[in-house]
Amino acid sequence: MAGWTETILRVNLTEGTVKKEALDMEAARKYLGCRGLGVYYYMKEVKPGVDPLGPENNLIFSTGVLTGTMGSSTGRYEVVTRAPLNGTLAGSNSGGYWGPELKYAGYDMIIFEGQSSKPVYLNIYNGTAELCDASGLWGKTVPETTAALLAKHDPDAKVTCIGPAGENKVLFASVMNDDHRAAGRSGVGAVMGSKNLKAIVVRGTKGVKIGDKDKFLAAVRASKKLLKENAVTSGGLPAFGTNVLVNILNSVGSLPTRNFRESHFETADKVGGESLAATRMHKNKACAFCSIGCGRVAWSEGKYAGEGEGPEYETVWSFGPDCGIDNIDVVNKANFICNELGLDTITMGSTMAAAMELYETGAIGKDEVGHELKFGSEEALIALVEATAYRKGFGNELAEGSFRLGTKYGHPEFSMTAKKQEMPAYDPRGIQGIGLNYATSNRGGCHVRGYTISPEILGLPEKLDQQSIVEKPAWVKGFQDLTAAVDSAGMCLFTTFALGAPAIADEITGASGIEFTGDEVALAGERIYNLERLYNLSVGYTKADDTLPDRMFNAPISSGPMKGNVSRVPEMLPHYYEARGWDENGVPTPERLESLGLREFMTI
Amino acid sequence: MEMILVTSPEKCIGCGTCELACSLSHNGECRPAISRVNVFRFDKGNNVPMMCFQCEEAACMAVCKTKALVRDEETGVVKVEEDKCIGCRMCVMACPFGNIAFDRVAKVAIKCDHCDGEPLCAEFCPTAAIEYLPADTATLNRKKAFSAKMKQALEEVK
Repeated sequence: MAGWTETILRVNLTEGTVKKEALDMEAARKYLGCRGLGVYYYMKEVKPGVDPLGPENNLIFSTGVLTGTMGSSTGRYEVVTRAPLNGTLAGSNSGGYWGPELKYAGYDMIIFEGQSSKPVYLNIYNGTAELCDASGLWGKTVPETTAALLAKHDPDAKVTCIGPAGENKVLFASVMNDDHRAAGRSGVGAVMGSKNLKAIVVRGTKGVKIGDKDKFLAAVRASKKLLKENAVTSGGLPAFGTNVLVNILNSVGSLPTRNFRESHFETADKVGGESLAATRMHKNKACAFCSIGCGRVAWSEGKYAGEGEGPEYETVWSFGPDCGIDNIDVVNKANFICNELGLDTITMGSTMAAAMELYETGAIGKDEVGHELKFGSEEALIALVEATAYRKGFGNELAEGSFRLGTKYGHPEFSMTAKKQEMPAYDPRGIQGIGLNYATSNRGGCHVRGYTISPEILGLPEKLDQQSIVEKPAWVKGFQDLTAAVDSAGMCLFTTFALGAPAIADEITGASGIEFTGDEVALAGERIYNLERLYNLSVGYTKADDTLPDRMFNAPISSGPMKGNVSRVPEMLPHYYEARGWDENGVPTPERLESLGLREFMTI
Repeated sequence: MEMILVTSPEKCIGCGTCELACSLSHNGECRPAISRVNVFRFDKGNNVPMMCFQCEEAACMAVCKTKALVRDEETGVVKVEEDKCIGCRMCVMACPFGNIAFDRVAKVAIKCDHCDGEPLCAEFCPTAAIEYLPADTATLNRKKAFSAKMKQALEEVK
């Protein structure tokens, strides 16, 4: 068959064994790859509720049917595991070049089981895969690790690894590939660290077979045209990156500021994408096989001099407006440190913002923190981000994320989290649909599981009123399902600004040689979404967790265009459950599970 | 009309789509390792796509003992006649640019052949860093682009 390589690698780290297995092709058709197939394999093999940082938790690196093909923006892979930050079944998706290389080596997926007694890395060269001693790499940063491994192995190999944050099991440590790209959220890097797995080096010289070349080329041509004609994918993103959003969100009064105490930042433009492009950027950069090229090759200057890639919009927001900082060099530097040490920038910045609020209200003082930590404290921010990765001093508290930090110091309400994961850079009081998505996202506070900002703010595929709620449950469901399918196919979410389910189905059909319709692709997404939901229910999440911080409901936005608004998630939630075919408690009904082909998971 | 593939490294964003277009066009699979065009990624976002220049005095042709490398007089493109190729790899050694390679599966030399007049690398390059242009126009375009820079420089010293 084409598209998939039909082979997976199973690595038992306790026993030090590596073996090849045939991919379950029936599952591949149902779950496409990447996120969906990873979730399927995880749930088939791991009982619910294992310790995320224990040997029973599996860690899966998974590619999609389109990863490494000439489809649209197909440089993606997904890390699937139980999240240490909040116990959900996490998937964290990343671009770059590593995912395609794994397929060129001949594998769709790697499943890590157990726990190594000493630091190791996995080295893959086409059909050969072996565990190697990583004791010399332990403690090294992401760029140091990557450079050392490329010097030792094929220089054209690709590396994914953890930095010190993952080794130290920071609950929001990232997995970093190709130096700068992050499987950032949910703490997947801590799971890798708990397994004593430092890196995966992969070099592949094989190819991905294409099922129907003519159909595939026709589909890719059609997609290319749509991506070219779209103002976001061919204009805003290449020119200004995701950071194009800072000024847009500020102008619609929904840029969370100073830990969501406000939603409008006076000097936001100083850290916006336009400023970055004009003053701190060499050039834009694409992940593998991407026509958009939203990546930034950038630097920072002066006291905070550094260089690297990014920052993304969420990062600019978390270290900038959310911490009351408008210094582009501080924001860029904090981002570079996170990438080098392997930290999720969203949770890191939002946890810093919570700590700043704790400090300003007197819940913590200079004695605990070691710094003055009012909003806008630039030096303290930089020092504490680094301290977090090494769990030094107050960094050891920050390393637990804002929910545990706030709880420890008596103010859990300062934690801007949904299901204990920090919400990103769109105020749910100002934009109703994204709030419903945060509340119902299967991995907790997260924008990329149902990016309704596209219709609510950018007007794609059509413009919705950001405060209306009637149509939002259906939109949130639709976006969540389509996103699950896109993530699982191995495409970048950003293609969906221009491409809908039919275009994606055509690419999958061409690549795999198996006929998929747009409806089938959307249905696969819904199947995947429901399967993740079943996992979260099985580990104790309930309807009561489909919510947002109290501040979103009882502290109206204090200024700007959205002044006076609160989130209306409680009003939308019953309609969302109804649209999903879930009962009033948010549990998928047997009938819906049956129709989604999830009968085998009904009893978990 | 003679057509040439023109690369503009300053426009290249390093996505590597050209490598897949090439392998898909020639081999029916997505396989950068067998591509006739390669993108090299450097620091500060600099990327350079590399492919055969179809040299007028082609070293690969000159060293080929079996005359497996043949120039199409109409298009100027140097092609590999696979049935004549004995896999000695002299051409690979002779090319000063590394722009001819050896397919270890098919056991033949491989190089850019403009996909017989429809080069997919140029068609799918998202930033026009690779363009397929009439040879005359291409040269003139370069001149035009540089003359614009000259004009700007002249205005600055006025």
